[in-house]
Amino acid sequence: MLEQQLLNALTLGSVYALFALGFTLVFGVLAVINLSHGAIFMVGSYAALWLVSHLDAPLWLAMLGAMLLSGTLGLLVDVLILKPLRARNAPHLTPMIATIGVGIMLTSAAQGMFGAEVLRFPEETLPAGEFIVGGVHVRALEIAIVAIAFILMAVLFTALKRTQLGRALRAIAESPKAASLLGINVEGLFHVTSFVAAALGGIAGVLIGLDFNAITPQMGQPMLHKGLAVIILGGMGDIRGALIGGLFLGFAEVISKAYLSSQMGDAVAFGLLFLILLVRPSGLFGRVLERKA
Amino acid sequence: MSVLLRVHDLAVSYGHIEAVKGINFHLNSGEITALVGANGAGKSTTLLALSGLLRATRGTIEFDGQDISRLPAHQIVRHGVVQVAEGRAILTTLTVAENLALGAYTRDDKAAIAATLAEVYEIFPRLKDRAGQFAGNLSGGEQQMLAIGRALMAKPKLLLLDEPSMGLAPLMVQEIFRTLVEINRKGLTILLVEQNVRQALKIARHGYVIETGKIVLADSGANLLANPEVEAAYLGG
Repeated sequence: MLEQQLLNALTLGSVYALFALGFTLVFGVLAVINLSHGAIFMVGSYAALWLVSHLDAPLWLAMLGAMLLSGTLGLLVDVLILKPLRARNAPHLTPMIATIGVGIMLTSAAQGMFGAEVLRFPEETLPAGEFIVGGVHVRALEIAIVAIAFILMAVLFTALKRTQLGRALRAIAESPKAASLLGINVEGLFHVTSFVAAALGGIAGVLIGLDFNAITPQMGQPMLHKGLAVIILGGMGDIRGALIGGLFLGFAEVISKAYLSSQMGDAVAFGLLFLILLVRPSGLFGRVLERKA
Repeated sequence: MSVLLRVHDLAVSYGHIEAVKGINFHLNSGEITALVGANGAGKSTTLLALSGLLRATRGTIEFDGQDISRLPAHQIVRHGVVQVAEGRAILTTLTVAENLALGAYTRDDKAAIAATLAEVYEIFPRLKDRAGQFAGNLSGGEQQMLAIGRALMAKPKLLLLDEPSMGLAPLMVQEIFRTLVEINRKGLTILLVEQNVRQALKIARHGYVIETGKIVLADSGANLLANPEVEAAYLGG
């Protein structure tokens, strides 16, 4: 029983981490809390479903398509909304309000196009197969979800750590001015970051849609709250923090639902989060670092 | 002597306040030129405009025969104009080696970059010893060395330095200025902005004195050092 719950928690937590990673990446590099990230997550889910059920695309291709579409949406949000706000030195609250608006637009567009009811992936499109390992039922789907989440995260970690692009992004996170004096095209990398972050959000949407096999226009909203909680818990803008925070929330939620109260799982998980923030107000990995001009 | 950079009627404003009011100066290839003046005279503003971080409200900045005054900052670096900003502007959350690697961001040739890195380590051996450390853990003098070394990684044609002596102990200032002379001897053109007027004019072939956004004196470094007005205003004479 416990092992079964741990597996569920790992699956859920790895998707939370993936979602939060894109969220925190945008915050770290662009210094913007992009509140459309939840809606973009939802769009990724619908995109994959549409590709699978209307074009008979194989699941892997649908995932790629979903990443591409959600990434493009993220890029458009940056180019059409965040960039003009940057150019006018808008106060921090403005991009938050603007991206709330984007989220509402996308949610209501999805509702208009697909209806408000719960949609599901056709049973035959899901990876079949189930093993029993030491008494634990392991679905092939869960293995695929965890593997995809961790592979994508590993690629992102490695790119940030080892490549010139990753160093450039970390330079911008510390000081956009210093970065541009190094010849880094800061605006260009803002666009790249927005694309990558939204693509990660979109694939997280596909994975959650598969895990619960339930897709609704409203599914982005609770995810957005969880994502915010995760990156605050991990330390705003911190990549490792998003990973640890995401896994933590996944475990807290699943374990509390299983052993404390199936109705109040979220309340317990978020209550725990409060407690941690009382002890460490800047999050697990948060540094009190003033961003330079 | 060929002119590498020619600034014509450059004006820069912060909102309604004009901080640089139509200045003219030029830099000769291969020389150190100093731009000196008091705090708030417009020195840093001028440098920020040269690097494209502030837009000129009028005038031209002609570098190597091309007007760069409307280019974005990152493209100006690609043209070979590299600035060591005030307060060193090193990236404290990156290691020394990563800072240096980013200095070569605009270059692609791996072998040539490795050669430049070897040169930088030869000029500043201490950076090599500290390659793996976070730049934020370096001393003030080492951070300035890193800032200069990182700028050299771009293989600049013109190096702009904003107050490299700021906040450093006198011995460290001497060392930094000696290094600048050494780098210049290898052929690099340098524009040095300083409040430390005496030190700057000592190593500069030419100098300009800027006051409240206007250039008020232009002469050789040696003549400016001997000038009674400069002496009275800046050298505590």
